[in-house]
Amino acid sequence: MTESECVECGGTVTLHDDLEIGEIVDCETCGAELEVVDVSPPVLDRAPELEEDWGE
Amino acid sequence: MKIGLLYSRIRKDEKLLLSELRERDHEVAKIDVRKQRFGLTETTAEIADCDVVIDRCLATSRSLYATRFLSAYGVPVINSPETAAVCADKVKNSLALEAAGVPTPATEVAFTTEAAMEAIEDFGYPCVIKPVVGSWGRLMAKIDSENAAEAILEHKATLGHYEHKVFYVQEYVDKPGRDIRVLACDGEPVAAMTRSSEHWLTNAAKGGQTADFELDDEAKDLVATASDAVGGGLLGVDLMETKDGEYTVHEVNHTVEFKALNEASEVDVPAAVVDWLELKAEVAADEAVMTA
Ligand SMILES: [Zn+2]
Repeated sequence: MTESECVECGGTVTLHDDLEIGEIVDCETCGAELEVVDVSPPVLDRAPELEEDWGE
Repeated sequence: MKIGLLYSRIRKDEKLLLSELRERDHEVAKIDVRKQRFGLTETTAEIADCDVVIDRCLATSRSLYATRFLSAYGVPVINSPETAAVCADKVKNSLALEAAGVPTPATEVAFTTEAAMEAIEDFGYPCVIKPVVGSWGRLMAKIDSENAAEAILEHKATLGHYEHKVFYVQEYVDKPGRDIRVLACDGEPVAAMTRSSEHWLTNAAKGGQTADFELDDEAKDLVATASDAVGGGLLGVDLMETKDGEYTVHEVNHTVEFKALNEASEVDVPAAVVDWLELKAEVAADEAVMTA
């Protein structure tokens, strides 16, 4: 387990070890969707918005 | 093997695929579609030497164009741009199912609110109106009355995008509180589950309850035919049971999520998908040798 900071609320986000660039994680404090942009050390950014034409 | 994974978000589904691929010692090229450029003859995407690329883009437009480019460069891609084009559009999807003789709900398309209103009145209440693109049940509406119909048509008519000016009206299937989702590889079912909900939209994304489901021969046949009808590939086939104990196929999805299915089913879904991907890559490699 490792930690990073939520860009939305500044809260601590706990992350799994098998973190993957491009992965989406949720901030448990504010509920924001965050994207993993780097893994060592982990860096989080706001996840891209869901767009109109997204989905299965 | 070198397997490319084209993505814009790594969800649980993509993570499952990636870990299965790495466990089998495949070389994996993770391709973030947002960072790529696609020229007429070349691309920045890491596709060189890929035996196969699997498209996991969520956005329909990205999926349609990126697979079209990869295919033009001669890179085997799953799903094919042809399959993506049929599955991404509910009208093409419905027409393909109908042409293949797959039972599918009665559907009409109209281009003005007046014509749509006539279609709705002919279907009677309740009936269903859906956007021609999009998913997870978003912007879908069950229409219970003339008042509701007028309000929904009015809303859609004032929404910006031209696709909202295509009114896709469908009969309401009075299913027994659940629908069936099948994951299939070229028509061969990998796993199936039911999704149940009090609400008429039973998508797993909408919080329905899921359970493992055993397909009978009739359902298996329908899955195979529906898959062929849209051009084959790694597909999610959505079936419903009708009151008469028959099946009707609502649609076939080409960027299929399988996380919920993997949890609901005994089957190791990512392993089955990767088995099939390996097979597709081998076939593509053999074909390349033969045409060389
Ligand atoms: Zn936060």
